Amino acid sequence: MSPPKAKRRKPLPAPGEWTFELIEAYHAEIDRVAREFGLDTYPIQVELITSEQMMDAYSSVGMPVNYHHWSFGKSFLQTEKGYRRGQMGLAYEIVINSNPCIAYLMEENTMTMQALVIAHAAYGHNSFFKGNYLFRQWTNPDAIIDYLIFARNYLTECEERYGEEEVELLLDSCHALMNVGVDRYKRPAKLSLTKELTRQRERSEYLQSQVNDLWRTLPAQASRTHAVEARRFPPEPQENLLYFIEKNAPLLEPWQREVVRIVRKISQYFFPQRQTQVMNEGWATYWHYTLLNTLYDEGLLTDSFMMEFLHSHTNVVYQPGYDEPWYRGINPYALGFAMWQDIRRICEAPTDEDRQWFPDIAGSDWRETFDFAMRNFKDESFVAQFLSPKVMRDFRLFAILDDDKEARLKVSAIHDEAGYRRVREILSDNYNLGSREPNLQVWDVDVRGDRSLTLRHQAYLRRPLSGDSEEVLKHVAHLWGFAVRLEVANEDGSVSCLHECRRERRKHDAPQA
Amino acid sequence: MVRIIDRRFDSKNKSAVNRQRFMRRFKGQIRKAVADAIDGRSIKDLDNGENVSIPARDLSEPQFHHGRGGVWETIFTGNDQFSSGDQINRPQGGAGGGSGKGKASKDGEGEDDFVFNLSREEFLDVFFDDLALPDLVKTQLARIHEYKSQRAGFSNDGTPANINVVRSLRGALGRRLALGAPFHGKLRELQRALDERLETHPDDDPEVLRLKDEIAILRAKLEAIPFIDTFDLRYNNRIKVPKPTTQAVMFCIMDVSGSMDEGKKATAKRFFMLLYLFLTRTYEHIELVFIRHHTVAKEVNEEDFFHSRESGGTVVSSALELMKDILHARYASGAWNIYGAQASDGDNWENDSPHCRELLAERILPFVQYFAYIEITPGDPQNLWREYEKLGAAHRNFAMQHIEGLPDIYPVFRELFKKKLV
Repeated sequence: MSPPKAKRRKPLPAPGEWTFELIEAYHAEIDRVAREFGLDTYPIQVELITSEQMMDAYSSVGMPVNYHHWSFGKSFLQTEKGYRRGQMGLAYEIVINSNPCIAYLMEENTMTMQALVIAHAAYGHNSFFKGNYLFRQWTNPDAIIDYLIFARNYLTECEERYGEEEVELLLDSCHALMNVGVDRYKRPAKLSLTKELTRQRERSEYLQSQVNDLWRTLPAQASRTHAVEARRFPPEPQENLLYFIEKNAPLLEPWQREVVRIVRKISQYFFPQRQTQVMNEGWATYWHYTLLNTLYDEGLLTDSFMMEFLHSHTNVVYQPGYDEPWYRGINPYALGFAMWQDIRRICEAPTDEDRQWFPDIAGSDWRETFDFAMRNFKDESFVAQFLSPKVMRDFRLFAILDDDKEARLKVSAIHDEAGYRRVREILSDNYNLGSREPNLQVWDVDVRGDRSLTLRHQAYLRRPLSGDSEEVLKHVAHLWGFAVRLEVANEDGSVSCLHECRRERRKHDAPQA
Repeated sequence: MVRIIDRRFDSKNKSAVNRQRFMRRFKGQIRKAVADAIDGRSIKDLDNGENVSIPARDLSEPQFHHGRGGVWETIFTGNDQFSSGDQINRPQGGAGGGSGKGKASKDGEGEDDFVFNLSREEFLDVFFDDLALPDLVKTQLARIHEYKSQRAGFSNDGTPANINVVRSLRGALGRRLALGAPFHGKLRELQRALDERLETHPDDDPEVLRLKDEIAILRAKLEAIPFIDTFDLRYNNRIKVPKPTTQAVMFCIMDVSGSMDEGKKATAKRFFMLLYLFLTRTYEHIELVFIRHHTVAKEVNEEDFFHSRESGGTVVSSALELMKDILHARYASGAWNIYGAQASDGDNWENDSPHCRELLAERILPFVQYFAYIEITPGDPQNLWREYEKLGAAHRNFAMQHIEGLPDIYPVFRELFKKKLV
């Protein structure tokens, strides 16, 4: 930190009520300090909105524009109820991974909270969005808003043409598959509005022709018998159900494929966020804490401002213990904040333990280490790489093994010399989406027979699917148009059929335009 | 470099569409909740909203998740007593239990019913959904048939009766001043010249005489300016403003003879209340006329209508006669939308029923928008019902229903006022 240039400057006014001038003044100071720390961000756009608009954005998956769907109305009602009861957490901040980066400030907040949100969202999250490899590879901030506008207009058009109900049923089915509608390993193409618009029509026509070819029933009988054994479709199991359906479902109309694609694209867009919660929230929390404290050291913030800020900050990073009634798992804000602080400590004042555990970063330049860690990790690898024994001790972490074949739970590791590595490994696995969410694949399509689709759940550690899966299967069948089966491949190699959803939807039954 | 944008004033109520979609999707459940609510509370409460609760499982958006079971190894915080290798009993109810993350967050709070508040408007909308009074399009409500005359400034022409004296004279005065101004100036000049001349010259000086002549001419000209001209006249202007009919009168006729017990009266009361509520949504101003009858009919206030108890026989025609009289005396102007609602147990004096039918058909039905009859009786229809049945076919604005108890009211109401395709 550079030594304060103008020691004890006149503090910024800190009234309860904010004004546009004050927001600008605070922002200018926060911006100055953030630049001194070398935070690299997208340009910032601060938008002031009412609580109702904030709740609306909350319920439309945090986006300023989105298509209409009843489920957003439901979550609006839920959010509204939570807000009325004062249950919501951090000061209602929403930040959108777009360029320019849009940060929402809520009208009802005090000046202190506005400054906190600016530092947290507009500098913390913003720099993370710009730097982290997942976001760089998987999202295109220049185009997301345009794409959402395109999506909303397209769906409105579909509703006018095919009826609201028809579109709603389709969206229901797509939403049910959002979790399994992402490419985990293949990187998606970047979005662009103009490209989407111009290519959408030709794509739909081309797609339909491809699908038709796949389902061609004309081949001569003779060749058919030979092909049966040899051909398998899909040649490799597919992890992205929505993508597979978009490309191969036999009965979907072109517009329906486009809707599937829209849901898939949006789902894919949020995929990085689900994998970087601890890192991202911790990073933003670390920076609002550091930026505002720096300003306080410079004498720019009053004591009353700091009291309110710290009150709010401590609420955000509170981590209840496992036996407290409000325990809801590990608080990503708390863990992330602690880890980033700890990394800085390891860089600046390493102990012998740190030198032994983190020979690479102990004593290094903390800014460089931060930058490296922020850019190149996600929660799973971040924990595996940087969770130090000290943080494990501070949080008093312990692992519980719950095996449904055992009568009792077992404490498999705790925060001691023998358990550090094991605890870290398990926590890392807890953040691994691959093991947290069921592994489902498109296994087989009976191309020459009844056209049925078989999904296979690769069971991991005997974890079963929840009861919902039968409902989800109905949605798959709705999209696929023919029978759908769900199999479980157990770890001992046996395969059993879990559910089957028979459905014959002939072309003429399909709602016509 | 920052852009600060104030968005507080755009796109209010952006989520309204999503809310509507939500309501539409769960219409069935919401309807049921509303119907239950009506059963459960006093009719006068209909002005309030209602908390609607929908079973969580109906609302769920299914996804592929892990269920309970298998092997889970999870990290917890705040270890205060455990060492490696300890065995613990499985906690009951899953507080801190070792099940998977996906499970905990989804099901933990999901099992409660989803409760949300229906506003009064939405509540009534659901309640009245797809109900409309019969032939509503034909009512005077839709047509503008009455005008109200209203002042709208002044105009240059009109009938003499509408002359506005003050405005007209003000105009005349202005005109006279304007037209006279050049002459007045000249006159003052000549007068001054004359006065000067007279100081040095005798009265018969030719110049003095010339000036005097000119002054006389000017005075004549000034006098020739008319005091008032047709041009000055201003008339009060009145325009006709269409006045939509927003008033209705509702006749409530109830049998209070001995055979109508409190239960039947309560049923009838609900029926009237619902009708009234529906009318309040259509009309701005509604008058109520309560007529109760046994062998004689009497117009009473609402309190007496529902609460005082009488006994004796039943002559329904007495009430219809009274209704007819009141209708012609007070609501004959055509500015009223007239509705009639009659509740009875149908147990009429045998010879009176045909008379009732005639009265209705000839003296009442032609004048009313709608007349509804409900017969509240647990058993078979009574004689009044059989007579009224003959009316049904010929008169589209007559409807009748047979109800047995409170639970029947809602469907009956729907049946009575079901939208007719026009």
